[in-house]
Amino acid sequence: MQLELRNVSTKVGSEFHITDVSLAFEAGTLNILLGATLSGKTSLMRLMAGLDQPTSGKIYVRGKDVTGVAVQKRNVAMVYQQFINYPNLTVYENIASPLRIAKVAKNIVDEKVAKVSTLLKLDNLLQRKPQELSGGQQQRTALARALIKGAELVLLDEPLANLDYKLREELREELPRIFAETGAVFVYATTEPSEALLLGGNTVSLHEGRVTQFGATIDVFSKPANLITARTLSDPPLNTLPVIKFNNKMMYKSHVEIPLIGRLPDLPDDDYTIAFRPHHLCLTRKFDSMISVKAKVVVAEITGSESFIHIDVAGMRWVVLAQGIHNLDINETIEVFLDPSKFYVFDRNEQLVVTPETVPGI
Amino acid sequence: MANITLKDIAHSYTGESKNPDDFALKKLDLTWRDGGAYALLGPSGCGKTTLLNIISGLLHPTRGEVLFDDQDITDLPTEQRNIAQIFQFPVIYDTMTVFQNLAFPLKNRGRSRKEIEPRVIELAKILGLEKNLYTKAQHLTADSKQKISLGRGLIRKSVNAILFDEPLTVIDPQLKWELRSQLKFLHKKFGFTMIYVTHDQTEALTFADEVIVMYEGKIVQVGTPEALFEKPEHTFVGYFIGSPGMNVCPCDLQKDRIFIEKYELALNKIYGEVDPSSKIEVGIRPEHLSLAPPDTTGLPVKIIKVDDIGRHKIVRVALKDKEFNVVAPELSGMTGDSCSLIFDIDHTNIYVNDHLISGERM
Repeated sequence: MQLELRNVSTKVGSEFHITDVSLAFEAGTLNILLGATLSGKTSLMRLMAGLDQPTSGKIYVRGKDVTGVAVQKRNVAMVYQQFINYPNLTVYENIASPLRIAKVAKNIVDEKVAKVSTLLKLDNLLQRKPQELSGGQQQRTALARALIKGAELVLLDEPLANLDYKLREELREELPRIFAETGAVFVYATTEPSEALLLGGNTVSLHEGRVTQFGATIDVFSKPANLITARTLSDPPLNTLPVIKFNNKMMYKSHVEIPLIGRLPDLPDDDYTIAFRPHHLCLTRKFDSMISVKAKVVVAEITGSESFIHIDVAGMRWVVLAQGIHNLDINETIEVFLDPSKFYVFDRNEQLVVTPETVPGI
Repeated sequence: MANITLKDIAHSYTGESKNPDDFALKKLDLTWRDGGAYALLGPSGCGKTTLLNIISGLLHPTRGEVLFDDQDITDLPTEQRNIAQIFQFPVIYDTMTVFQNLAFPLKNRGRSRKEIEPRVIELAKILGLEKNLYTKAQHLTADSKQKISLGRGLIRKSVNAILFDEPLTVIDPQLKWELRSQLKFLHKKFGFTMIYVTHDQTEALTFADEVIVMYEGKIVQVGTPEALFEKPEHTFVGYFIGSPGMNVCPCDLQKDRIFIEKYELALNKIYGEVDPSSKIEVGIRPEHLSLAPPDTTGLPVKIIKVDDIGRHKIVRVALKDKEFNVVAPELSGMTGDSCSLIFDIDHTNIYVNDHLISGERM
């Protein structure tokens, strides 16, 4: 199975909901659709499933044009955020239901349910009813039903969003193994960058109905092609600093001067945005080349082993992620230190022009 | 404004019973200091919402008393308790403007326009709603609507406490950061008692000065974020807080050393005699484990899997069939499949039947 979208757009009235999306997903891969609410994740999934038809563009399955083919005629399974099971059927019958509808012989049903329930660790719960299960087990049941059909395309729309944090963590750990074993194309929608990074696979970064980047998740994270992708993949949020390069100087207003080291001297004079991650903004000077900036503490949050310090720098909001416990008072003036070797620099069109020196392979 | 005390509170949804299993909330005693920022943290079904509803008066406890300072208010209805509650989904009037929504709780209590207006404007500014003051709520996004809900909870200066029941569930990750830091800021500014219910450890730890961890209807630990992280009193706290959670592994204990799979590990504390029939485990956070080249001082482990989740790597290692998660910094180059596992002895905890025991420092 290979799924391909070629220049797909949808229009409602005069407004584009999906704009010129081209993507190709290979068999046995996990593909994450990452973006904020209303970025087009569910719309794209509905197009892939055949629930909606594109206004323009084509959809291919294994090279064959399936645009316009109804969902019933495609080999697709979908799992939603709100797990859906038959409340009066046992877990076994819930999982077996697509095979029952297809009138599959009993011994084959037994065999397939046994296999998929082992994969999803439901084998001890087969005689229970859904309401006797935890949320995580219910979602696993819904997932098992999607897998047992042997669908070539499995679409998961924020499947973990309604689950407890820790249950999510467990399922997230198991999902890549399950995905790898079935050989289908998996498409997985989420709003959470941390979920994408934990799952790995490939990520499609979405913004306002457009694909801003597609690639291996860790590559999209470490080498975002543009500022919007960098923001979409960052949690905690990325810190940004708009600067002007002119006359061998790089300045943010008159507050911050960025020394021209590394690849910065090669950039032509223009407007740029410097971006860096919260754990690369420090409370102490770790080496000489760090840039000192005065900031005012907005609020400090402690997570147990780390602190998030929200600061105000000449009207901009940044976050420092520091090891250890730092109880800083609101409005306290502090000095923070930027590490220029960790800078991402984006040009005036928000395209990446400089990557941190430590990102391998560049 | 008052201290809130829960005295011998217990609750069963089926009424008074001799069977302890009927109680969703087991016996508990707790005082919430006036002006404190608290979080109630635990998985679904642990009793945290039950506890919240007992404080607000939506539920009458089967046993025990609720006190505001010294006054028993157990039989007082919700509306006389002067408590504000904020829910998962915004509760606002869609056809009213932001101003009218925020002013409503004051107007309802017959306050004058002269008193209402400056308060509404002050709060709207803090919440970043001042540009939308005269917009109808129905035209706003989910996060702005939830901000209005927060604002309605905060508008009255005289409330005894503000209760939050998973208020950020419907908010996108990037905006969660903003709203969370605003909440923390508002707490510092106005000094209300705030109780925040969540299953999300990041939200609980970053919001609260003190976190109450609940499990199966009981409080398993009350402590600062730092204490919960460094010294979990119960293995459940170790597992539930931290991502991944604390490693918990069976071991043998002999005074100042433990044995894991026959490998000896010297501690810096001496422990007393422990009943040999009890369950003895060592607990250590992934952040307090490190890896060194093979055959150096440390336990000989095999690397099973390395997940690069962006900011750091999670390395899963095995000592025979005992597995551990190790958090390794982003740049560590890991080659080969075997290495030495090093415990940070200062952060190595010993648990007997799931409870932390203390040793004497050597």
